Amino acid sequence: MSFDNAYESLAQDHEDESRWAYGTGFADPMSAVDRALPAGVDPLDLAQYCLMLGDDGLILAQRLSAWCARAPELEEDVALANIALDLLGQARLLLTRAGDVLGRDEDSLAFFRDEHEFRNVALCEAPDGSPGAAGIGDFGFAIARLLVFSTWRLALFSQLEASRDPVLSAVAAKGVKELAYHRDHAVHWTVRLGDGTDESRARMQAGLDAVWPYVDELFVPHEVESRLAAAGVAVDPASLRSPVFEVLDTVLPVATLRRPDLPGLARVGGRAGRDGVHTEAMGYLLAELQSVARAHPGASW
Amino acid sequence: MNSVERVRAVASSVPDPELPPLTLADLGVLRSVSVDADSGAVTVTITPTYSGCPALEVMRADLVSRLAAAGHADVRVQVALAPAWTTDWITDEGRRKLASAGISPPGRVGPRGPVPLVLSPSPPSAACPRCGSESVELSRFGSTPCKSLRRCTSCGEPFEHFKEH
Repeated sequence: MSFDNAYESLAQDHEDESRWAYGTGFADPMSAVDRALPAGVDPLDLAQYCLMLGDDGLILAQRLSAWCARAPELEEDVALANIALDLLGQARLLLTRAGDVLGRDEDSLAFFRDEHEFRNVALCEAPDGSPGAAGIGDFGFAIARLLVFSTWRLALFSQLEASRDPVLSAVAAKGVKELAYHRDHAVHWTVRLGDGTDESRARMQAGLDAVWPYVDELFVPHEVESRLAAAGVAVDPASLRSPVFEVLDTVLPVATLRRPDLPGLARVGGRAGRDGVHTEAMGYLLAELQSVARAHPGASW
Repeated sequence: MNSVERVRAVASSVPDPELPPLTLADLGVLRSVSVDADSGAVTVTITPTYSGCPALEVMRADLVSRLAAAGHADVRVQVALAPAWTTDWITDEGRRKLASAGISPPGRVGPRGPVPLVLSPSPPSAACPRCGSESVELSRFGSTPCKSLRRCTSCGEPFEHFKEH
């Protein structure tokens, strides 16, 4: 076996379904990780929790990717695409972990679940405000969402590093370093736009106001999160409220923005994203995300 | 050299797909090499730089093909997530190669603590690899997840910086 370049050897690896290098062929992104389940934990609970955190990353990565080639400047195309790639990488590991228990792989979970099976919070699926001239939403909304999301997920992953589950702990430890860059990016844009011109300030405040109804859900524990938090595996989202607001209440005054005083989205019979109950935007997002995989089931490249 | 050392030498010489002047060993991505005494089967462990780094699969294929060319047919490449990769694992040789490729090497990160909240956009210092000036503008993201894009305000040249991670 001798190859001139990596692409030939990738094809050799998969003779029945040869593919290009950056395809879906990394069958096991966690092959050297201790994947034993922690004692006293219901495997289905762990799978659901991995879906929650994985779907948050996957769905926001889809939203952020839509900015590429439409952001206000070239550097921002690159930045938002890089952030999306980090979140997608976190999602792949988490979906693979969930798939260990559920007997499915990451692609099957991403492309062949229906809306009610996704466990992400609504903040991730929300469209980027009303489409502007470029046919995509408002940059102020995108930055406000990234500020809230990255602050929340950084606080969550910082605690999750201490999880008794070795995979969640490892994913969190890697993710913290990535999320630190994401939050840094969002904070600087928030200050630059908020403490900028009248126009940029008004749009940053409007973005923050539009994001605000999605914030409350971030701190409402699902029963799976509560059970796993009690077992030392998950993070109780209620415990994140204080560290998240500590950051926001430091950033917003510097950006000359006010923290909105708006009620959270109404839950449906007490249920929301963690239960698979989503907003109208989710169906459209999934239709785009899943269309190619569903049009060509079993295809690879 | 015994067989483990020979295998390690081959694996260490595999170039990084996105930064070909550096090897996987220079980058600190290559974590361990072992050879089964009976079967001769080789196990190589690598670690991803960023969670979503698409180069990981190419690294794996490159390792398999280079070791195959060196006579090792049975090669398994494992991926280790923990401990998380850090730019502190880039060797001195790797830093020298980065600089000569026009990419300013990362500063030392040291032990990690809580993530500080920084409100003013003050980039960590990085010298322009062309003129040595430390007066640079910053864009925090770049052509790959591990790099940021900068511009020297003295000589005007854009350059890449390997992000502290």
